[in-house]
Amino acid sequence: MALADFLAAAAEDEFLPFGAELEAARRFSLDAHEVEGAALRAGLLPERYARNAGSIGLAGQLALHESRVAVIGCGGLGGFILEGLGRLGVGTIVAVDPDRFEASNLNRQLLATVENLGEPKAEAAVRRLRAVNPALRCQGLVERLDASNADRLLAGCGAAADALDSIADRLTLAAAASRLGVALVHGSAAGRFGQAATQLPGENGLARIYGGAETKRGIEAELGTLVFAPMVVAGFQVAELCHLLLGEEPGLKGRMIALDLGFIETSVFSL
Amino acid sequence: MRVTLRLFASLRTGRFDEAEFELPPAATVGEALDAAGVPRLEAAIVFVDGRHADFDHPLAEGDSLGVFPPIGGG
Repeated sequence: MALADFLAAAAEDEFLPFGAELEAARRFSLDAHEVEGAALRAGLLPERYARNAGSIGLAGQLALHESRVAVIGCGGLGGFILEGLGRLGVGTIVAVDPDRFEASNLNRQLLATVENLGEPKAEAAVRRLRAVNPALRCQGLVERLDASNADRLLAGCGAAADALDSIADRLTLAAAASRLGVALVHGSAAGRFGQAATQLPGENGLARIYGGAETKRGIEAELGTLVFAPMVVAGFQVAELCHLLLGEEPGLKGRMIALDLGFIETSVFSL
Repeated sequence: MRVTLRLFASLRTGRFDEAEFELPPAATVGEALDAAGVPRLEAAIVFVDGRHADFDHPLAEGDSLGVFPPIGGG
């Protein structure tokens, strides 16, 4: 029996049951990513995405499956972004971070646990993504993005997330993304505050946000960061990434949303 | 001319949320910050009537400025 026939026989309405996906992988010596691709191309939605169907449909799910996104930074923002992208079903995810977990990360970083203190964040990211959605292709790179490796880290990506924690590194990423034609979804957080913005290729939104070459120290150095700030900002970033990958106009194109989660205020500005 | 400054996030601490300032005609964004006692190094982003503006941007009567500190954490 060919794979297509197996999938068609196993389908329940327009869905491919989770058990059938596992059985197809075993029987045809495929990985889950390959099975999901075959199912989506045959018009079947893997059961794990049943609650995505009403909002993005089969074509949208296939577009996400065929997408590649780099998440630069696997800390407070990155952990929540990776979780979101994995559950959405973004087919290939590159998680980049040079650091290892420390106890001071436990207050806000989804991927930090008492068991993995001392481990590279990018490796924890891959483990989590595989546990959430084994149909993803994911790469964890224990590296710091800089001008010399940006081309390699962002290669083939339809979009990237700025989940870094320093202004200088963010500007390096933004310049590289713009040069390489990669859409960048920025987010940052400090204390009870956060912001997000989308920079399309050729735009210079990040340079405007941080005042060009004049690199400043962020207020997080004084305020630290409370967990709800990166949670909320990451939600905006995942939504923007989703819209970009689906070929929709991102709501924050050329704009920045500022969030005050103390007074519960949001403001949107043109960059 | 009068302009309104609205401060965001930690810039409010020890200052104000929103205040009006009387400035000479064609004063710049940077001069408005000086008048409000907001050090330019602490003002990462300024929006005038909802659009990004540089420190040398000349202001007009009734302009409304939003001023943000640098937020860089992740």
